[in-house]
Amino acid sequence: MSDELIQFGYLAAAVLFILGIRGLARPRTAVRGNLLGSLGMLVAVVVTLTDQDIIGYGALAAGLAIGAIIGAGLATRIQMTGMPQLVALFNGFGGAASLLVAAAGFVEVLDEVEPDLQTSSATGAALAVGGVTMTGSVVAFAKLQELVGGGAMPSKVLQVVNVALAGVAVGLGVGLAADPARWWMWALVGVSLVLGITLVTPIGGADMPVVIALLNSLSGLAAAAAGFILDNSLLIVAGSLVGASGFILTGIMCRAMNRTLLNVLFGSIEAGGATADADEVYAGRVTSSSADDVALLLETADRVAVLPGYGMAVAQAQHAVRDLTRSLEDRNVEVVFGIHPVAGRMPGHMNVLLAEAEIPYEQLLEMDTINPTFDRTDVVIVIGANDVVNPEARENPESPIAGMPILDVDKARTVVVVKRSLSPGFAGIPNPLFAADNTLMLFGDGRGAVEDMTKALAEL
Amino acid sequence: MSFVLALTLFVLAVFLGVELISKVPPTLHTPLMSGSNAISGITLVGALASAGTEHSTLTTVLATVAVTLATINVVGGFLVTHRMLGMFSRKR
Repeated sequence: MSDELIQFGYLAAAVLFILGIRGLARPRTAVRGNLLGSLGMLVAVVVTLTDQDIIGYGALAAGLAIGAIIGAGLATRIQMTGMPQLVALFNGFGGAASLLVAAAGFVEVLDEVEPDLQTSSATGAALAVGGVTMTGSVVAFAKLQELVGGGAMPSKVLQVVNVALAGVAVGLGVGLAADPARWWMWALVGVSLVLGITLVTPIGGADMPVVIALLNSLSGLAAAAAGFILDNSLLIVAGSLVGASGFILTGIMCRAMNRTLLNVLFGSIEAGGATADADEVYAGRVTSSSADDVALLLETADRVAVLPGYGMAVAQAQHAVRDLTRSLEDRNVEVVFGIHPVAGRMPGHMNVLLAEAEIPYEQLLEMDTINPTFDRTDVVIVIGANDVVNPEARENPESPIAGMPILDVDKARTVVVVKRSLSPGFAGIPNPLFAADNTLMLFGDGRGAVEDMTKALAEL
Repeated sequence: MSFVLALTLFVLAVFLGVELISKVPPTLHTPLMSGSNAISGITLVGALASAGTEHSTLTTVLATVAVTLATINVVGGFLVTHRMLGMFSRKR
């Protein structure tokens, strides 16, 4: 196929990607959007394969076949609870691929001509972004899969190292642009790979939604940068579309925590002296309850709100929650779910888990929708959430989480908190909600506790 | 393609991307992310072109590995998004 026809094919693919992303942003059209996107990819691959410069198809066929088998295997086997890890892993593959494409493209140019400024500076950008995306995603994957500790490791040393590495990477990029040579390239690859590790390692699990969204954005930008090297319009358009959409998600996640991106990446929540001591907050005020008592409350309720957090995912309690929801609905109790934007480990994590448990998405209410309704809610059940329901964020301007948007569950008539212990959440501060007069603590494993509630309800 | 033209495409596409998803409901955050992630596997096109020209052993090896990784990203990403969306639309 002539070069011009290939360009027409790329234009068609770009339009399909745009329609695809637009479709994915709306519930009614999401399935079609995803199909349009994959159709665009198919068109792009097919027209590329007709390129007359391609002389050997053996390696291509092998790479495509192996990749398709692994990709399909991962996508069909993964459990929904493993979704954050899988998204992280796919991001990493995308970043790694862009890095390799950039390296191969640059070497090709270098062997033939003196690369121009566009090529060499785009190579620098693609290698740096691709490298950080690759190892950053692998670290995120390892944390989410619990291969390494998931906790936050605030470290001044690492912060200095990160800034230094970023500086070195920029320096190497400038060097590469000024004096195109292979050794600059490999040095930049090495530094970027290390930077990805040191950047994501200290970030704690609760900040993972931001990290995953950011890596998503970076994987797109790496592809766009590779497009500048190869003079490929489709890589530029598709990569920047993804870069932009990932960046918007990153912004949404940051706003939901009332933190800036820089603060998530380089800072850490520090438990200040302004917060009260845990013993002071809890002593003598915490009411422990039982599944039977909670069942009595639920029995007489008109409206129940369930508030899931990461603890629900850990306990794999989503199916137990669904059973409880159904038995409440059989008793004509209205059940809704309040979803905090950063609940869980990736954007939309709770929505995916609850959808897996076949809870209709109409029942999942966003923070702004559910907050005004808590004062006419009889019982709120908090499962494995902590900081996102801490009234300190609203009431104590000195608190480390001051200003973070929270779910105002404390305004409900009764709050039942299902939790293993009184241990603090990610912010490391006590939660006065647990000591409130209208709060009952139900200590135990999330899934077991919810199952007990359903059982107790059936026996009434 | 001139640098200015390439940059124009880049900037316009960024603005378009921002417009397209400025109001995405939280339910779709994960599918949007995994679907757009699959689209970022477009780097596959560059990998194919590079691997297929067989310029040198080094570039062919690098690009073939890139083909494999990008294909995992593309196939896995679109498939898992489809699976997820299937759960969303399932009614009792």
